[in-house]
Amino acid sequence: MTKVDVVNIDNLSLVFNTNDGDVHALQDIDFKISKGDFVSLIGPSGCGKTTLLRVIADLQLPTSGSIKVNGKSPERARSERDYGYVFQSPALFPWRTISGNIGMPLEIMGFNKSERKERIEKNLDLVNLLDFKNKFPWQLSGGMQQRASIARALSFDPELLLMDEPFGALDEIVRDHLNEQLLDLWRKTEKTVVFVTHSIPEAVFLSTHIVVMSPRPGKIFDVIESPLSADRNLSIRETPEFLKIAQRVREGLRAGHSYDDEK
Amino acid sequence: MKVLFSGSLIPISTVLIFIFSIWYVGTILLNSPFQKDVYKRKGVENYTYSQLVKDTMSQKRPVLPPPHQVLIELWNSTVNKKITSKRSLVYHAGITLSSTLLGFVIGSLLGIILAVAIVYSRTCDMTLMPWIITSQTIPILAIAPMIIVVLSALGIQGLLPKAFISTYLSFFPVTISMVKGLRSPETIELDMMKTWNANGLQTLLRLRLPSSVPFLFAGMKIGIAAALVGAIIGELPTGAVSGLGARMLQGSYYGQMVQIWSALIFASLIAALLVTMIDVIRLSTLKRFGQLN
Repeated sequence: MTKVDVVNIDNLSLVFNTNDGDVHALQDIDFKISKGDFVSLIGPSGCGKTTLLRVIADLQLPTSGSIKVNGKSPERARSERDYGYVFQSPALFPWRTISGNIGMPLEIMGFNKSERKERIEKNLDLVNLLDFKNKFPWQLSGGMQQRASIARALSFDPELLLMDEPFGALDEIVRDHLNEQLLDLWRKTEKTVVFVTHSIPEAVFLSTHIVVMSPRPGKIFDVIESPLSADRNLSIRETPEFLKIAQRVREGLRAGHSYDDEK
Repeated sequence: MKVLFSGSLIPISTVLIFIFSIWYVGTILLNSPFQKDVYKRKGVENYTYSQLVKDTMSQKRPVLPPPHQVLIELWNSTVNKKITSKRSLVYHAGITLSSTLLGFVIGSLLGIILAVAIVYSRTCDMTLMPWIITSQTIPILAIAPMIIVVLSALGIQGLLPKAFISTYLSFFPVTISMVKGLRSPETIELDMMKTWNANGLQTLLRLRLPSSVPFLFAGMKIGIAAALVGAIIGELPTGAVSGLGARMLQGSYYGQMVQIWSALIFASLIAALLVTMIDVIRLSTLKRFGQLN
């Protein structure tokens, strides 16, 4: 069976014109994401991984090259609501309850009331927050808030989930727990996920493909296809296979000058 | 209520005692020249100081009435008068209050509409904003009679011209705070609306307006006090016969300082009441939307 390309990027570059001259945020990016993949973009800050995610989401326009999302331009993919986006911070609206927050995109997209209710409950159940549906955001912990924001991104059932360092602000214990839950959710829903992170264990643990990026200019340095089976749990992190991939990611980062001091 | 007042009783009474002391000292100083004249005319020569002090407190037309005279006048012109009486402060306050509230409602709506126009259209931002700011630099005392004369020439009389002056003063703080409020959503929130392909109206109704609610109340708190000032000023230049402004004007015609002061204090009590009213609405709104424990 040939795999369907969900994202197809060809020779893409993005230059920001700033007062200090041009900044090459992305240069000559070439890569594909197939249906059902879990792809992590990893690299130091300033390597353009978030910018690349924003280009896929049509929140940023590339300077040159081509990009297709589900075979369409990113703008059309966005207007046809092909993807859900999870931001760095949960950004739940404080004046709405948790279910009101999950319902927001559904209201905007014109789902009727009973359909909204059904989808809100289904997705809250998926992230184990059904008991909290009538709470306000400030009554939830940071980890729960981010889970609610994942449920919100999934509420309208997009095929593609774009996640920008969603667990970056959480402590390691909560992050481990959410990583397990996310993997479980990915297996259940069979979504395609693009996940931005700067944690090596997180990238290796979650992904089917790890894209190592290097800074100045933002480039893809290495693409690692993970041999780990989709059915994994946190204890896999002690296995030699896992450590071998982590080692390769770290070497990639080093060779890409990610650990150099900024000049 | 307990939360509002707990712990503030001692500071408030300290300030009150301080104000009353200065007021009484001022009463003695300002009223004694006239009192000495009276003594001279009557040929009273060996008056004691304590008699002088006592007499400055009970003049019929003092330069500065002492607090108790004002309080007695307040009591007499509110509790001891029928509300329908032309000499009842409650009657006059009712007249002023109705144009205050009408002007405030129009002003708040105008402020919200202007703010939406400014935030959504760059042209409006560039063209309206300078004029909105200029409008507030013109002394209201100069423009109030013109508004009333022009409107009465157009056949608009009574409540509405006065209300327009309240509108003129109260739309400004609402506009300024609403512009800030409508622009308060963060980039991440606006990006999120974009990923959902929300249109301008949806973003306004579901993100910008709810985000601006705390700002709106801050603006309305200033706006309602300004509306009251506007209504009083609207009564001054027209020789109005009723309203708190008219009451102050009559007081100054006849040298009735007690009457002016009591109208003044009654007006500030109403202002405090109006601001508190906005605050109560604010608290219950925030509570309803879960932003208050």
